[in-house]
Amino acid sequence: MADLTASRTKPVAAPSARKARRMTDLRRQPGFNAMAWGCIVFLYSPIVVLIVFSFNDNRSVVRWTEFSLRWYGEAFQNKGIRNATVISLQVASVATFFATIFATLAALATTRVRAYKGQTLAYAIINQPLMVPEIVTAVSTLALFTIIKKATGVNGIGYLMLAHTVFCIPFAYMPIRARLEDMDLTMEQAGADLYATPYQVFRRITLPLLMPGVFAGAMLAFVVSLDDIIISLLVAGPGETTLPIFILGQIRRGITPEINAVSTLLLGLSLFFVILLFWITRKRK
Amino acid sequence: MPAEAAAAKTRATDPSEPHMILVDHVTKSFGRGEQAVLALDDVSVTIRPNEFFTLLGPSGCGKTTLLRLIAGFELPTRGQILLDGQEIGHLPPYRRPVNTVFQNYALFPHMTVAENISFGLEMLGKPVKEIADTTARMLDLVRMEHLAGRHTAALSGGQQQRVALARALAPHPKVLLLDEPLSALDLKLRKAMQIELKRLQSETGITFVFVTHDQEEALTMSDRIAVMDTGHILQVGTPRDIYNHPARRFVADFIGDINIIDAELESVSGDRGRITFPGGGTATAQLQTASMRPGRVSLAIRPENVELTDPGDARATTQGEIENVVYFGVGSNVHVRLRDGSELIARSAEVKGQTGDRVGVILPDEHLQVIAD
Repeated sequence: MADLTASRTKPVAAPSARKARRMTDLRRQPGFNAMAWGCIVFLYSPIVVLIVFSFNDNRSVVRWTEFSLRWYGEAFQNKGIRNATVISLQVASVATFFATIFATLAALATTRVRAYKGQTLAYAIINQPLMVPEIVTAVSTLALFTIIKKATGVNGIGYLMLAHTVFCIPFAYMPIRARLEDMDLTMEQAGADLYATPYQVFRRITLPLLMPGVFAGAMLAFVVSLDDIIISLLVAGPGETTLPIFILGQIRRGITPEINAVSTLLLGLSLFFVILLFWITRKRK
Repeated sequence: MPAEAAAAKTRATDPSEPHMILVDHVTKSFGRGEQAVLALDDVSVTIRPNEFFTLLGPSGCGKTTLLRLIAGFELPTRGQILLDGQEIGHLPPYRRPVNTVFQNYALFPHMTVAENISFGLEMLGKPVKEIADTTARMLDLVRMEHLAGRHTAALSGGQQQRVALARALAPHPKVLLLDEPLSALDLKLRKAMQIELKRLQSETGITFVFVTHDQEEALTMSDRIAVMDTGHILQVGTPRDIYNHPARRFVADFIGDINIIDAELESVSGDRGRITFPGGGTATAQLQTASMRPGRVSLAIRPENVELTDPGDARATTQGEIENVVYFGVGSNVHVRLRDGSELIARSAEVKGQTGDRVGVILPDEHLQVIAD
């Protein structure tokens, strides 16, 4: 029998819950701070050395003399560095553009559909490039491209761009898919309810809400492409030297402060992307 | 199925009756084979034009599924859904002149309040002037003009609620579907929104289909209520009908507080029956189903309709003893133990007796209902 007067007391949050949480707080474990600082030092001290010596007015990369921007100037003057940078940016831009489009389509096809047979397989296939050792991908791509080049007689930087596009797809795919999975499906239902056709729903609701994920995917793809060395080394033809390949070539003849300066600039660029990414995702939430 | 019930079911979906929505023998199951879950089991109901119609029931009763079938987010496994004479059961949501207010509002976070409201009109391809005019009118209707340019994430729950309403009303749908839209609001705001919703319904003349598990909300706002349980509609009627004449034990139990007493049905004449109580006493009660046969039955009576008197009072239907008196502000609940051991609650503003007192219990004939299980 229902009774209105039956007291419906809500359980009061026990003060001991907070205490328990404090006791399991990892930061209160002994040695936590030492461990954390150890990790930070290991990770970042090489980078600090690199940055500091890029401003050193000296040929040596182990002996500090005086602050100077001399090596940055020389890096900008260096024709090899300039060409390699242009090639790298071209390849990364094209690869990012196409990889992001394909990744977006793949993410939609693996989240915004009724569950189908082979969905897990599709997911695995998209992510496979992350699992295969890069050297295997590089060798097999080289072999395939050689066959195609022989058969068609077509050469050019397009092959390098294509290879980059392919291995960038899973990197772009991950944040886009994550964003789609987080997104409330009722938004899209609300759009359909308000007379938007499936295309209009995508154009006006899904895509705008997905943009932070797309940006994140694109930046990840860009950085990964810019940084790639193994595939580029094997696939790149004459005159298609990317920046990492150039740096590698220079280093064989010893580390120069010039390389330090270029590396510092590269670091700055990726840092810029990380901050931009952080800013975009925070703003959207 | 008893013949009467079958007849009632056919009557419920007579297409000649004026209707806005006609749900005709709709079944919906999710999943396949052995894992299939039957969310709606051969449900039929008629929703009339300009009506505030409520689907009421506990969670999992199928009320939200029925709403989603009308909206087009789900397709019926069997059966038809007619809207104003036209079969819509298999149309996609964007082809149905029906709009929804979602439980979590589902406002578009990348658009302003005004952009949210004008979205539907834009998708319908209305002229720019008309979109602007209607949007302004809707902003005025829900008193949100001052926040037209605001992004929706910055709004309070009540404000989001009003934007969601305006957005769904702007295209002037034939039917507005509301999926527990008040459940996220606090009590005071909820009361205010109940009145606001009722006002919007009468001002716009749009048929409202409202889903809730809150019986008080349903009784307050609805023209008619359908009480649902485990994929079935158990009873359809006005709030008064449902409250005063529950047809089934579940309905009686779900709506408000009620005493259910086991008794013996001695004889039937028309829609009334002769009752004897196991603890002694007789009464005449109204039968909620015509197919009642003599035997053991359940009697229902609201606590506020039970009267207590002196044990010797000739009007007393049966006898008992006060077990407990529980005060709750505007009145008290008196728990009475009847002679056969069953318990009964009487509610009144003033209580004369106290625990241990013997009392006579008056169960007025006009308030006694024999109900089906």
